Amino acid sequence: MSELLKVPTMAEYMAQGKQPDVLFWVGCAGSFDDRAKKITKAFVKLLNKAHVDFAVLGTEESCTGDPAKRAGNEFLFQMQAVTNIEVLNAYEVKKIVTACPHCFNTIKNEYPELGGNYEVMHHTQFLKSLLDEGKLTIEGGKFKGKRITFHDPCYLGRANNVYEAPRDLIKKLDAELVEMKNCKSKGLCCGAGGAQMFKDAEKGDKEVNVARTEQAIEVKPDIIAAGCPFCNTMMTDGVKAKDKEADVEVMDIAELIANAQDL
Amino acid sequence: MSIIPNILFAIILIAGIGYFAKNVKKLIRNINLGRDVDVSDNTSQRWKNMARIALGQSKMVHRPIAGFLHIIVYVGFVIINIEVLEIIIDGLFGTLRIFSGLGVVYGCLIGAFEILASLVFVAVIIFWIRRNVIKLQRFWKPEMKGWPKNDGNIILYFEMVLMTLFLVMNATDVHFQAMNSGNVISQFIAPLFSGLSEGTLHIIERAAWWIHIIGILTFLNYLYFSKHLHILLAFPNTYYGSVKPKGELDNLEAVTKEVMMMMDPNADPFAPPAENESGEEEVAKFGASDVQDLNWVQLLNAYTCTECGRCTSECPANQTGKKLSPRKIMMDTRDRLEEVGKNIDANNGVFNDDGKQLFGDYITNEELWACTSCNACVEACPVSINPLSIIIDMRRYLVMEQSAAPVELNNMMTNIENNGAPWPYNQMDRLNWKDE
Repeated sequence: MSELLKVPTMAEYMAQGKQPDVLFWVGCAGSFDDRAKKITKAFVKLLNKAHVDFAVLGTEESCTGDPAKRAGNEFLFQMQAVTNIEVLNAYEVKKIVTACPHCFNTIKNEYPELGGNYEVMHHTQFLKSLLDEGKLTIEGGKFKGKRITFHDPCYLGRANNVYEAPRDLIKKLDAELVEMKNCKSKGLCCGAGGAQMFKDAEKGDKEVNVARTEQAIEVKPDIIAAGCPFCNTMMTDGVKAKDKEADVEVMDIAELIANAQDL
Repeated sequence: MSIIPNILFAIILIAGIGYFAKNVKKLIRNINLGRDVDVSDNTSQRWKNMARIALGQSKMVHRPIAGFLHIIVYVGFVIINIEVLEIIIDGLFGTLRIFSGLGVVYGCLIGAFEILASLVFVAVIIFWIRRNVIKLQRFWKPEMKGWPKNDGNIILYFEMVLMTLFLVMNATDVHFQAMNSGNVISQFIAPLFSGLSEGTLHIIERAAWWIHIIGILTFLNYLYFSKHLHILLAFPNTYYGSVKPKGELDNLEAVTKEVMMMMDPNADPFAPPAENESGEEEVAKFGASDVQDLNWVQLLNAYTCTECGRCTSECPANQTGKKLSPRKIMMDTRDRLEEVGKNIDANNGVFNDDGKQLFGDYITNEELWACTSCNACVEACPVSINPLSIIIDMRRYLVMEQSAAPVELNNMMTNIENNGAPWPYNQMDRLNWKDE
């Protein structure tokens, strides 16, 4: 299976004197987290399928600094940012796609002032553009008639007003898109943002991810679709906490599309 | 005719407006205690935001019931104030309904005012019921105990009384009722006073007229001491509110300078720190521990907050029982700013360190670390207040000045520093997923 994945690095492209059309920013979760690695691979399969000319930074990639910045460590954030920008600019990167809304937000909004100016796309936007250009086709087949609800990642939705790209992709699967009580600009957080992913929650009477999962379960979905590796973890944990693993699956949009094609 | 009432009126008017002006000056001074921030960009977008969000109430209607009722009170307030112009002219020059010469137009205007006044009265009653009978959760959070709760009700009583006085004033005005033009509502109130002599009616009418205008001036002056400043500050606040994507946090300039120096191979690591003109060493504090460390837009935000609690009701941390309430962050900021302002007033214009600060004495660690930075509060605010920016600035103080991050976050940050990921994985293994 793995030998089917073509994942060139920027260094390899450079050695050949070539420049890819787009850089795939994998992110820390996508590189190291077991669940998120599956999303990374699903997305790469789609990129390969659509013959997208892309490369990754590989070992030259480093944390964007998002969790440090949101935790208040502006110094560490800017060190990370400036280092990453040096690497990206050295490779003359123009366009970046990432499957992590946190990386997306940081590179798109916070890097320009520090000298990093790129066109940045979330992978749902990128997949949507591949579809629109006819480079990728989706056949619903497997998900036809399934009830899918989309959990808006805060850093994609409210933070950057991207609500439609992921929904358009779900609709393409011939699935039934059902909306939770809180969706789009009113979406409820999964509980991981602002560096909460890396600490225990403060004292309260409930976990945020459980509250959000309850909202999802209310609409009786077969699948909770996510567009963020952290939301994915939080929702998966939420489903476990509610003992609904047998009925509800949490999947990234990229996985849905890749699975629909049996990639 | 005696001119004593006119002189009395002029004195009351000047005193009412004068005292308000004095407090507005104080308000502006307090807001300017904040750090400077450049808001000269995107002027056209800013005007649009003000027109849409403040003037057009676009965010209020996200909650249809409260939004609809609020629009009635808002439109009523703005339009009925045209009547105040007539009252002021009458009061100063001893005229009686100076605009009544407009005939039909006058009838239409007063008719509209009377209808609006009745609608405002009803809306305000419903607001009162929502607060005190239905007890909507967001009005009963811990930070709403005591003064904030009473403040909300006092404002509603004020409006009820003012609207009643306006209608009674019209109902007991014999000449106005005889004109029978524009008395669309007051004609139904007039019969209540039917048994009274014309002289008594005149006294009631004059009393209602005087109490009405004195009430308006009192209300104007009450604003500064209440949460109700939003009726004025919503406009500048929506203008100065962020025009950037909500996810974008500012990059601290002071940090950028240091980082760039560290990255510059030609920088002299032993160079003395830059000195400012007066020769004193400039000590830049990272983040915010007190109101003076926040920027003036954040302080304007605090004065603009009317404690509606939409932010808190949307906050995932608050919904799950955590101590954090974005509304409380804004209330604390305003209360501390007022305290600092009073301190300055009491010490001849200089702040005398009172050993207190926003962090610790008002806002606690536990609140700050409960935030998920999800922007739900920012999205919910009908007047573009940003509680998240204050939370982040205070976290910056805790982490960069106090090294007081929670242990787990320190571990996460150490990992990023050492191996470029929030978890302890080797950077050289970043592409291993490819072959797994």
